[in-house]
Amino acid sequence: MFIINCPFCGEREQSEFKAGGEAHIIRPKQPTELSDDQWAEYLFMRKNIKGIQFERWNHAHGCRKWFNVVRDTSNDEIKAVYKMGEKPPVQ
Amino acid sequence: MKNKYSIFSLIKNALSNHENWQRAWRDSEPKKEYEAVIIGGGGHGLATAYYLAKKHNMKNIAVVEKGWIGGGNTGRNTTIIRSNYLWDASAGLYDHALKIWERLSQELNYNVMFSQRGVMNLAHNLQDVRDLKRRTHANRLNGIDAVYLSTQEVKKFCPIINTSPDIRYPVLGGTLQRRAGTARHDAVAWGYARGADKMGVDIIQNCEVKGIIRNGDRVEGIETTKGFIKTNKIGVVAAGHSSVIANMAGLRLPLESKPLQALVSEPVKPIIDTVVMSNAVHAYVSQSDKGELVIGAGTDDYVSYSQKGSHDIVEGTLNAILELYPIFSRMRMLRQWGGIVDICPDASPIISKTSIKGLYFNCGWGTGGFKATPGSGDLFAHTIANDEPHKLNAAFNINRFVSGDLVDEHGAAAVAH
Repeated sequence: MFIINCPFCGEREQSEFKAGGEAHIIRPKQPTELSDDQWAEYLFMRKNIKGIQFERWNHAHGCRKWFNVVRDTSNDEIKAVYKMGEKPPVQ
Repeated sequence: MKNKYSIFSLIKNALSNHENWQRAWRDSEPKKEYEAVIIGGGGHGLATAYYLAKKHNMKNIAVVEKGWIGGGNTGRNTTIIRSNYLWDASAGLYDHALKIWERLSQELNYNVMFSQRGVMNLAHNLQDVRDLKRRTHANRLNGIDAVYLSTQEVKKFCPIINTSPDIRYPVLGGTLQRRAGTARHDAVAWGYARGADKMGVDIIQNCEVKGIIRNGDRVEGIETTKGFIKTNKIGVVAAGHSSVIANMAGLRLPLESKPLQALVSEPVKPIIDTVVMSNAVHAYVSQSDKGELVIGAGTDDYVSYSQKGSHDIVEGTLNAILELYPIFSRMRMLRQWGGIVDICPDASPIISKTSIKGLYFNCGWGTGGFKATPGSGDLFAHTIANDEPHKLNAAFNINRFVSGDLVDEHGAAAVAH
């Protein structure tokens, strides 16, 4: 369990949030032109990084807004929090 | 067989105060080259090596393990074994494993304490009832023993369950697989290690893989903390760390690694002689031979390799346990721990070749890999030895995420994810 600093509400327990998985996966612009391999890549393949991961979180039991988090998945330490649409911080 | 365990070896060693038992397996150092290397010395990896040596006559093989054998999810799970999965492909896979479990202690000459005490799954709402009835029918069509129980029959089979209709999630019924049960998880790793070692397999502990060496589209060996090991065939059975190894080979997998927790209580006298699982309220419980209640909690929803989990997950599970079993209200929990489970989008495993020649993956077992250990090892060994899947694991290839031919077992996986 860890504390997440919601950019809208401040520090809250992680149990108030819903994890949304890997961030910055871009929805295909031309879905009809995608091959099966590209669909598989978009839908299923994940980096699943051990270390610094960029991910989405939703403050489900709070403001219900989505935002991004940079977290070290080997020890759950949060490095940065930034809003949707903002540029990810450089590692 | 050398050093066969029997009543006679027990008596002989008792006469010398048990000081002369031989080591069950050698602590090997890596050779320069192997016919095949298995990455990961858990139950699945050791079983793979065992069947490669036994059924496919590959003796010059090694298992490399970054820690100690059986120290990952093999030693962290709640030891439940069953095969009551919904789809034909899964039924074939898991029942293949269950049939091997039924004769495993004899085969390995090692007591894995397999106990067919039955596994009961509870239904708490109308949808559960429909799903479990459907699964019971599907199981029976596949030759897997399954019966549907009414609330009264659930109560009769496990009298300590609170079947009162006025609890938050009342017990509306359940299913029972009598051939299902539990086994001693460490013994499975140790038994396979001993069996593999006897056939010449090198088990190399404290040896972490640092890189997969490729030559074009095929593998040439692995870089480890104990140096380079040359090999043409690499079987990866690294559970939660599968993506880390895949990344070394430049491969992407459809996995997410998440913490899964379990806990045990203080030991008490026998009170529950079966395994009871409940998906809807997320509580499952059995009792170990030592007398501890063994309780499985759920996964966290975020990726983590920390081998910890969130406290609220444990709290939620214990809330459900207490409502279903008021008799446990004063029990104290002794230990709690987490393991990292690699979860596939369809809650089914991958036992497959990859786009890289000589590189094979056995992963994605998620929250329920222990039950499949012997079958998984057998089928993965077949896949590695023949460079082709066995018909029982053909459906569990990695290309199903491209073709869309998924094996959706979220309903039967028991741990919601």
